[in-house]
Amino acid sequence: MEIKDKIISLLPDAVITEGQYLTATIPSDKLHESVKRLRYDEETWFDYLMSLTGYDDGANLGVVYYLSSSRFPQNVLVVKTFTSEREDAQLFSISDIYETANLNEREVFGLMGIRFINHPDMRKLFLRNEWVGFPLRKDYNADPAINPINIESNPESDVLTKLTFTHEGVVESEEKIFEDDEYVVNIGPQHPATHGVLHFRVSLNGEIVKKIDLNCGYIHRGIEKLAESMTYPQILHMTDRLDYLSAHINRHALCMCIENALQLEVPPRAQYIRTMMDELTRVASHLLGWACMCMDMGALTAFIYGMRDREIILDMFEETCGGRLITNYNVIGGVMADLHPNFLQRVRDFIPYMRKMLKEYHQVFTGNVIARERMLGIGLLSKEEAISYGVTGPSGRASGFRCDVRKVAPYAAYDKVKFNEVVREEGDTYARYVIRLDEIVESLNILEQLIETIPDGEIAAKTKAIIRLPEGDFYSRVEAARGEFGVYISSKGDKTPYRVKFRSPSMTLVGVVDKLTRGEKIADLIAIGGSLDYVVPDIDR
Amino acid sequence: MFDFAVVTQWIDEGLRSSMPEFAALAIEFVLAGVVILTAYAVIALALIYVERKICAFFQCRIGPNRVGKYGIIQSIADMVKMLIKEIIPINHIDKFLFFLAPFIVVLASLLSFGAIPFAKGLHAIDFNVGILYMLAVSSLGVLGILLAGWSSNNKFSMIGAMRSGAQMISYELSIGMSLLTMVVFAGTMQLSTIVEKQADTWFIFSGHIPAFIAFVIYLIAGHAETNRGPFDLPEAESELTAGYHTEYSGIQFGFFYLAEYLNMFIVSAIATTVFLGGWMPFHIPGWEGFNEVMDYIPSILWFFGKIGVVVFLGLWVRWTFPRLRIDQLLRLEWKYLLPLNMINLLIMVLIVLFGWHF
Repeated sequence: MEIKDKIISLLPDAVITEGQYLTATIPSDKLHESVKRLRYDEETWFDYLMSLTGYDDGANLGVVYYLSSSRFPQNVLVVKTFTSEREDAQLFSISDIYETANLNEREVFGLMGIRFINHPDMRKLFLRNEWVGFPLRKDYNADPAINPINIESNPESDVLTKLTFTHEGVVESEEKIFEDDEYVVNIGPQHPATHGVLHFRVSLNGEIVKKIDLNCGYIHRGIEKLAESMTYPQILHMTDRLDYLSAHINRHALCMCIENALQLEVPPRAQYIRTMMDELTRVASHLLGWACMCMDMGALTAFIYGMRDREIILDMFEETCGGRLITNYNVIGGVMADLHPNFLQRVRDFIPYMRKMLKEYHQVFTGNVIARERMLGIGLLSKEEAISYGVTGPSGRASGFRCDVRKVAPYAAYDKVKFNEVVREEGDTYARYVIRLDEIVESLNILEQLIETIPDGEIAAKTKAIIRLPEGDFYSRVEAARGEFGVYISSKGDKTPYRVKFRSPSMTLVGVVDKLTRGEKIADLIAIGGSLDYVVPDIDR
Repeated sequence: MFDFAVVTQWIDEGLRSSMPEFAALAIEFVLAGVVILTAYAVIALALIYVERKICAFFQCRIGPNRVGKYGIIQSIADMVKMLIKEIIPINHIDKFLFFLAPFIVVLASLLSFGAIPFAKGLHAIDFNVGILYMLAVSSLGVLGILLAGWSSNNKFSMIGAMRSGAQMISYELSIGMSLLTMVVFAGTMQLSTIVEKQADTWFIFSGHIPAFIAFVIYLIAGHAETNRGPFDLPEAESELTAGYHTEYSGIQFGFFYLAEYLNMFIVSAIATTVFLGGWMPFHIPGWEGFNEVMDYIPSILWFFGKIGVVVFLGLWVRWTFPRLRIDQLLRLEWKYLLPLNMINLLIMVLIVLFGWHF
């Protein structure tokens, strides 16, 4: 294998093992230069950091990086590094190589207690800086007396700490986030345009945005921590609550990850049903995304149109799954119940209806002169930046990043249907807006092919009563409505996982807001937020 | 055609015959004030209901349908709710200005409301500089909005107020100039004379193309003056939560709400008076029979019917278009509407000078 030899030659200090993917364990002091070599070497070109996970194996604290490449999207490399220091664990940051590492490393600091050297902003993400203990460590003490509920007003700190590597060792320094006389406006946590409890501190110069400081964690539920004490069928219920607008797709990813680990064959009918449900979820989610973006820009009527048509899909879900938003439909090995007899006919009716409605959407909003003026050329994200920030899904493809997991690594029934990966080059708000409507068209094409060819047969494979995953690390990814959704499971062979991590698309989307809005107006901040279409529970998890 | 002057004169004579003149005048002032205030409230409530219903039909919804038949007393229920709601005290505000602001907004709209010729003989104040007066008092409203934003001690309100200031001052120009075009055409600023002059044909028909251009510009600028979508930047819900009235609650908010709808009415009323003949029926010169029939429709119906059309145009725009951004808003005014307006005014002057009109 050529790529493997290349990686071995690039990483002389690494221990290479085979697993689901090639895994390289690198000593912590060599990590930064090794990753840099992997990133810039013409033959490997690992420029896309898929996922960054902190782990605690009882003795060591470490980080697992899943790297992939925009040039060779089939290549996936797992890089691991660790430190045995537990009191003040420090590792080198790779946020200068991958921008997306910025927020992820802050998350690892907050939950796992690893500080990253040379990181520009080492504050805890999701948790307050005063929080005692690191929840995802195995020796965490969850006694409520240690972290009592605070009912006093507790303002956000304006100071960030930094660790910098100099020739005298690691130096800790403090830095102000905002100057003293800056006009800082809080957009959120209670604000109509943040679509949930997200908090931007926006520094303004008149109407122009100078800088945004992101605060999240207001609805962090610790799903990854909860999952460590649950059996695999129980964890399934958590995924619907991440990005509740692509509930079905998230659950599909977790089921796939467990099925891959168990090497369970899913019956073809179940694969088809899953694919159809995924596409319907995508259409519903894009409709809501379109509707909310129009509402954010002040067009309330368009919002109602989107909600009206999404309702039809929710009705289909209700008939087959029982749930409308939280569908609870996928199970390990297949789906929970067979399709409702009306389902296929309803999808058949829905496809031409939706195509007609899309024309109306374009008439009412896309062609509107005000809408075009407000979207064209605003919030530019180049392809390189999209890859570096890990922006996937419609927003990434609007910048020309070919990242559709359905094409890159086909799963379920996606290799049996013909569809186009919609890619645009502009990378502005308009491209992100219009790509969603174009993806609805593609989803309808997929559905059209699937309803005609769906096979009969079993809807779920038989599984054991108690599911135990073999020892090892497992990762699976799907194309959720907002981008690549990944599930990482580390198992020690028990009936509960040792560590679970969800790679959420919204987290990378929200990480790019500061970059996109600098120098734009407040109104553009709202429009850009709408075009990125992040879902807050998916960021916070 | 029924002349309301018959009623008003009858009251006037009755009062004067039974009491000294100053007492009769005092009673008449109070009466006129009460009538105008009542009409103000009733029209605002009706407009709120109409807007909710029309917007519901645009959006494939039903709209209010629970309180009363077809939800017809929904606005009254809302008003009662608004009246009995608690006014939430806000810390660290400029108390005097904060409480003053809603009154200024209502006052400005009420002052201009009083000068509208509603029907034949139903006209409270008829200055010989009526249009100038209208422009002057209706632009006082921006003061209230600026004060509300300034005194609220809230950054959203502040940004909203600043936007509002920039917007109102800019669009005031367009309103002024488009009305000036029509003043040149009419040769008077008195509203009653302007209406009388349109007895044969409305100005929008007799004024050639410049009158039509002025009408369109007036509609755009007037819409912007009322702070309603797509020009609702001062309150821009998705950006500034509620803009300048974020901190207001209860009836204080109710005042802003009321004034917003009344301003919509006033802008439409001026458009009706100046361009669409006010309460004058639709006449075609030479068609005597047709004109006779038109005269049978009461003047007040003509007036409110025309206002209904103009208001509907505004609602249609509001519920279709997305919101402008502040730079686009100012660009539209200073780069497009204002130069167009100036040229339009010039053409109108030439037309009047050389007598090229009907």
